[in-house]
Amino acid sequence: MALTNETIKDRLIAKFGEQLSHFEEPYGLLTFEAPRELNLKVMQFLFDDEELRFQFLTDLTAVHYPDQAGRELAVVYHLHNLADNIRLRFKVFTGSDKPDIFTATQLYSSANWMERETYDFFGINFVGHPNLKRILNVDEMEYFPLRKEFPLEDQTRIDKDDAMFGRGTLPAAGTIADKN
Amino acid sequence: MIFLYIKIFTYMSRPVRFNIHPIQADIKDNISLANMPEGYTGEGFFASRLSDVVGLARKNSIWPMPFATSCCGIEFMAVMASHYDLARFGAERLAFSPRQCDLLMVMGTIAKKMGPIVKQVYLQMAEPRWVLAMGACASSGGIFDTYSVLQGIDQVIPVDVYVPGCPPRPEAVIDGFMRIQDLVSQESVRRRNSEQYKALLGSYGIQ
Repeated sequence: MALTNETIKDRLIAKFGEQLSHFEEPYGLLTFEAPRELNLKVMQFLFDDEELRFQFLTDLTAVHYPDQAGRELAVVYHLHNLADNIRLRFKVFTGSDKPDIFTATQLYSSANWMERETYDFFGINFVGHPNLKRILNVDEMEYFPLRKEFPLEDQTRIDKDDAMFGRGTLPAAGTIADKN
Repeated sequence: MIFLYIKIFTYMSRPVRFNIHPIQADIKDNISLANMPEGYTGEGFFASRLSDVVGLARKNSIWPMPFATSCCGIEFMAVMASHYDLARFGAERLAFSPRQCDLLMVMGTIAKKMGPIVKQVYLQMAEPRWVLAMGACASSGGIFDTYSVLQGIDQVIPVDVYVPGCPPRPEAVIDGFMRIQDLVSQESVRRRNSEQYKALLGSYGIQ
């Protein structure tokens, strides 16, 4: 019998019970949420199981939700079963004051750089990572750029016209000298 | 079978509208003469200023170093190709080692992480050296006004000519190159030791 989302969901609930939540299938991709202490156990189970065999970590990234108190940062794992061509996604949520997540580098080597990138942009501390330092940004950067509170634009420019960026006021029509 | 072939040629073909009055090439308009520097001539000798002669020699043999990072680099490849040949201006040999080049052409977006590397490449160049910033990203950060992009390479190295555009047309790059040639030909021999030049390099932290 081919592996389906239903089968995966049943196996997961059989193993972890009520701890996994928010099962949904946007565009056919099985998505669920796990508590952050269990992220390694879930991944290990999906890796070792003879039928499930999710042995490829496609992507590891994070999302910042500034409005959810206590659950601001979500780490999203995309796993892929190469033998049966099934993908799934699961998320773990953590607060932004102490964002500690267990590292997946013991299980997937590709998680090494992906977790460094997630740390670089969101500030998530991966516990047990062998070399957690910035990978894409300048090493001396003190903030985490992709969090919503930090602006996209470079802050050292002094010659920008603020009116063009939605700050300040645009001059009213007709006040600029017409060249006609 | 024969009547099939006749059928093909029975329609009226579209008349040619373009390139029907080709211009005869006029050799007199297409030769450009390089002007001789001013000086005293006599039979068998010509005396001129050293800086003029050296400038003339240098400007017609500038070896650029392409520091091509992104899209402007592709446009530079078009400039070096046969259609907009940059080798006509003496830039035949592209040096990829900074020790052997005169002109650093920075083409493309420079991230803040890349800034020290651009500076290192500039420091490895031997005097006299010039810098051409090609494109909007190298001149001022371009459309990438973000935390990760260096807003203009003139924050790390002194730039001689800026070529705006996104990407600039090859003709614009050639124009920028010709401006560099003007700078090269008119540079005085003592410029690199002057106080003003040292102050300029000092402002970038370069000794």
